[in-house]
Amino acid sequence: MSFERAGFLVAAVMALGALALPLGGGTDLAAHPALLAAISLAAVACVGAAMLPHGAALLGLIGAALCCKVTLVLLADPGVEGHAGAGFWSLVLAAWLAAALAVTRMTTLRPRRKALRRLNDAAIPLLFGAFVIYLWEAAVRGFGVPSVLTPAPSATAARFAASLPVLGEDFVQTFVRGVLSGYAIGCGAGFLVAVVAHRFDFLARGVLPLGNFVSALPIVGIAPIMVMWFGFDWPSKTAVVAVVTFFPMLVNALAGFSAAGAMERDLMRSYAAGPAQTLIKLHLPAALPFVFNALKINSTLALIGAIVAEFFGTPTLGIGFRISTEVGRMALDMVWAEIALSAIAGMAFYGAVALAERATTFWHPSLRSSLG
Amino acid sequence: MLMTVKTVPNPPPAADRSAALAIEVAGVSLTFATADGTVEALCDINLQIAAGEFVSLIGPSGCGKTTLLRIIADLEQPTAGRLAVNGLTTEEARLRRQYGYVFQAPALYPWRTVERNVMLPLEVMGFSADERRERARRYLELVNLAGFERKFPWQLSGGMQQRASIARALSFEPVLLLMDEPFGALDEITRDHLNDQLLRLWERTGKTVVFVTHSIPEAVFLSTRIVIMSARPGRIIDVIDCDFPRNRTIEIRETPEFVKIAHRVRMGLRAGHSYDE
Amino acid sequence: MTNSAITADRPRGAPFRLRQAIARRVPVAVVVAAIIVVWYAAALLMNAALVRDAFEREETTYTVSELVAGTLNAERPLVAAPHQVIAEFADLVFGYPPDSPRSLVYHGAITLAATCLGFALGAAFGILLAVLIVHVRTLEKSLLPWIICSQMVPILAVAPIVIVVLGAIGLRGLVPKSIISAYLCFFPVAIGMVKGLSSPDPIERDLMRTWSATRAQVFWKLRCPSSVPFLFASLKVAISISLIGAIVGELPTGAQAGLGARLLAGTYYGQTLQIWAALLAAAIMAATLVGIVGAAERWTLRRMGARP
Repeated sequence: MSFERAGFLVAAVMALGALALPLGGGTDLAAHPALLAAISLAAVACVGAAMLPHGAALLGLIGAALCCKVTLVLLADPGVEGHAGAGFWSLVLAAWLAAALAVTRMTTLRPRRKALRRLNDAAIPLLFGAFVIYLWEAAVRGFGVPSVLTPAPSATAARFAASLPVLGEDFVQTFVRGVLSGYAIGCGAGFLVAVVAHRFDFLARGVLPLGNFVSALPIVGIAPIMVMWFGFDWPSKTAVVAVVTFFPMLVNALAGFSAAGAMERDLMRSYAAGPAQTLIKLHLPAALPFVFNALKINSTLALIGAIVAEFFGTPTLGIGFRISTEVGRMALDMVWAEIALSAIAGMAFYGAVALAERATTFWHPSLRSSLG
Repeated sequence: MLMTVKTVPNPPPAADRSAALAIEVAGVSLTFATADGTVEALCDINLQIAAGEFVSLIGPSGCGKTTLLRIIADLEQPTAGRLAVNGLTTEEARLRRQYGYVFQAPALYPWRTVERNVMLPLEVMGFSADERRERARRYLELVNLAGFERKFPWQLSGGMQQRASIARALSFEPVLLLMDEPFGALDEITRDHLNDQLLRLWERTGKTVVFVTHSIPEAVFLSTRIVIMSARPGRIIDVIDCDFPRNRTIEIRETPEFVKIAHRVRMGLRAGHSYDE
Repeated sequence: MTNSAITADRPRGAPFRLRQAIARRVPVAVVVAAIIVVWYAAALLMNAALVRDAFEREETTYTVSELVAGTLNAERPLVAAPHQVIAEFADLVFGYPPDSPRSLVYHGAITLAATCLGFALGAAFGILLAVLIVHVRTLEKSLLPWIICSQMVPILAVAPIVIVVLGAIGLRGLVPKSIISAYLCFFPVAIGMVKGLSSPDPIERDLMRTWSATRAQVFWKLRCPSSVPFLFASLKVAISISLIGAIVGELPTGAQAGLGARLLAGTYYGQTLQIWAALLAAAIMAATLVGIVGAAERWTLRRMGARP
């Protein structure tokens, strides 16, 4: 506890330090009463956080937010941007310290209502991430890092917003045409082969070791061959994604089909259930957790497969294409915008699969909380 | 030390004898091969069970009583001998859905609600939706689980899950109930309670029950006949009649008759065990 | 009386075990044989058009057997027949001195170097991260979700940037590729180790508390040993992913050396056999690396007393 208190007090002192230390480039705080007020308020909030343990998280966040805002406003000043002085960094450090302590406090909170607990759990990583982005922005613009090395997040965001049509086309080409179709084909084929192999044990014993073996190989290497067979356009990407997603699904689905317990299988036998009935009523639901495991793994593999395939040949469209050309042109903000696009797409895809998993396999021990 | 088989008290005329027998086991043996050699699980089992009886199989662990039950249920095949269930082979009996099996664990499917678990055999056997719902409701009520239809298995206690599993075994009204240590995993209090409920159920439905256990009081309390088996290779050591009235209660456990029969069972078990010494 | 039945007709153990071992391998052998047959058939069908065109261009007549021979021995086949791939592979591996830029050994070694360095860095970082996450609660709640998210970002999109940025600082070749490999493989190691370090039963942890064990003691005596199976499982995944990272790291900037570079060169110059041979080399390398990790796992687990 005392470490936390001391930390908040240090943060307050560092915030106030901005009033005394140079900000860089001849900027003077005296000319900006609003900023003066904000800094003072931030210091008060940090002191409050030190004094009141119950409100520490909230007050700490307020203090951090105010410091952040002040620094961002200061960065708009050409005198500060690129040659930030000690006062500026003092504010940034204050913000970082206050935010870190506040987030740490949040991890110890135990709100009684489940909704609040969920909110808390979600807020922690989000705040952490937001803060990393803020630090990135402050560091890049404060130090004057050349944009060929790393563009500031704000520049990337601006470029993203300005290039929506291009990004949209790339998204459709890579994601919708390449990833989604290949994912559907690969997962579907893997699942069907697993169903057949499950039915004929001989096939299962032959296919499973091979599937495991092939999964370890760098399958994306077949991309050039696929381009040779299917041409430059999206069918070759679909082919690569299909092959890449086939094996994890096959291996996991086979594991899932053997997951049903001996007792459950004997039960079906005692009801004189046919193989089709046993498959639908027992093996398929029991295999779902494994199938979803594969679907989640495949959602990231598919995107990687499509982008790698584009490195080997693509019409003038697509995320991979755009990245390699823009890198060549040293237009890194566009590259980051494309990366942001693929990150968003990847996370949304994974999130959709995870939601579907939660809805259908809520009964599995790994997913359920103790109810009843 | 092998006792001869007990026939039913009033044997019907020879021609009808097999018709009155629910289960007939003649000379059944089971041996299987492992990497270390052959293992003889059952050796020359002869047993006849009439309709409506409650027969317990009791013996030390590994004596083959579960194996015998599984052979009757056509979940395993004997390497020698003959079986008849209601005059049919075990496979025919299984295909005609003549028996309900209750395992040591509830084996409820976790993705189905309690109600849908009880309806599972009915779905497989092709009952209509209305019929399924009605039967599920009726049998869940019979095991005192009314009101828990929409719950999932993990939301129920162990005893309740086992009761649901019994309801599932009864839902399609088989003539034969095969139970493999169904209460073994439960604590004593729940077990006593469930023993009582099972007895009431047997009274009301009049089914033939074959019950595997290794608890002596449970066997003596529930059964009309107790079959004592030896350690591996499994043989029948003794068959004891229990003449308690059908509507017995838990208090019977303290009566001298009960203690005498329990003693006889214990002696039989000890004798069967001595082969291993 | 009873035991004699068991000793009576006891088959000898060894032939039985040998028979079982062979029986286990048969399905795989059959499936592999089927795949090879399908492969030859595919080579036949898909190269047929190519070969027919070639014959027609030269305006020579051809028999069916000449067509078949042509499809299975084409110079730039669409589908290389297995024997062609093996022949090209053998030529590129044994036909040139190991430091020649035409030798697959040369390129393989370059990719292998990046793979191993990346694997070492990624595994070390992953383990460190896992240890921190398990011991510092803040990190678990704030960092772990982001680590999971990091894998949804296709790193291969970031690869070109990493290479360019590091190239601007003067780091080329081995280091950028290793960083890409490390990024790809730290995640499975971190997640696997977190699972492993948290795997001990609460009962076992309580026992440690009754002995007033320090956190370090609990870590070294309980958590570490329990996490060994998880560690090796994730190391196997990590090394194969690291190889993929090394290969892909060679793509965006058109590197000159390495297996990925060979794949690119084969694409540019239409040397399809070269592509197939490079793929075979990559596959062999992956299998060998995973095999080495597997052997290390078996050795370690045996020393720890695990059942074989």
